[in-house]
Amino acid sequence: MTWLSIIIAGIITYFMRMTMVALVDRDLLGEKVKAVLAYVPSAVFPAIIFPGIFINDYGTFIEMNDPKIFGAIIAILVGYFSRNVIATIISGLFSYWIIIFLL
Amino acid sequence: MLSKKQIFNKGILAVAPHMFSVIPFGIVCGAIGIELGFSPILVYAMSIIIFGGASQIVFLQLLSGGASALIAVTSVGVINSRHLLYGAVLSEYLEKLSFIKKLLISYLVVDQGFAESNKFFQKNKNETHLHYHLLGSGGTLWVCWQISTLAGIILGSFVPEELGLKFAVPLTFIAIVVQDIKKLDHVIVMITCGLSSLLFFDAPFKSYIIISPIIALFVAALVLRLKK
Repeated sequence: MTWLSIIIAGIITYFMRMTMVALVDRDLLGEKVKAVLAYVPSAVFPAIIFPGIFINDYGTFIEMNDPKIFGAIIAILVGYFSRNVIATIISGLFSYWIIIFLL
Repeated sequence: MLSKKQIFNKGILAVAPHMFSVIPFGIVCGAIGIELGFSPILVYAMSIIIFGGASQIVFLQLLSGGASALIAVTSVGVINSRHLLYGAVLSEYLEKLSFIKKLLISYLVVDQGFAESNKFFQKNKNETHLHYHLLGSGGTLWVCWQISTLAGIILGSFVPEELGLKFAVPLTFIAIVVQDIKKLDHVIVMITCGLSSLLFFDAPFKSYIIISPIIALFVAALVLRLKK
């Protein structure tokens, strides 16, 4: 049963990936829709970022002094000025660990 | 004009830095599956069949928590429905491919690959072999995801939970969008999405992950109208 569920979940996921690329004619989308689609990264990724910072493993809000907030602020600053993905990730993780393990 | 190989290599290089987040997260995914008591083969098979980080963890957590298979499958579908948006964006650049190639390349589209290849596509609209960038980025992410989930399955309980490695996930996406915080319209869209995701976090089937982008895109449409 679990195997069957995984296969169905995989097929559904694949259809989500494939439908707009292979089945839908791009010309169906008007110019206005295309202009709005330019915002997709900014409209999607914060839905991964915000809960990843502000909500803990148990589904509740973190305290305002949680080290993840500090780590995220450092990562935003380092990322903005360095334009470097590795520096962004590493600076965020390390500042988070420093608070957890040293303070 | 760049050759196929050059574009392919650019795709690999574009996502390579994200391995600092993808690999820890893959290890955590594999380890959680084993910790929840699922068989190693089953946990690993998900990385091939579903190939979608967060949705794999949610699926196993729901099943082990006693949820029905229907709820687990629906949640995976809802979480991964954001790929419809990625596909809509990418279709412009992939429309010249044959149907079979479209079917094959779709399997490789994941968040970071979409983000980095889309950035490349916007700057290089006139290149002929654009899709090789997506092959490079998606292929690299696929290989690393397979290896890292496998490593997590083998390491299992040796993966120290207190490291909080899942925190690498929001960081990798911060790196993707952080340059857009100079643009007011993008900031408005990002904050709308982020606040909506917190507001709707408890909505059924993890649907905050698609509800908040839809709200944010409506706001984007409004912003576009105001800009004119």
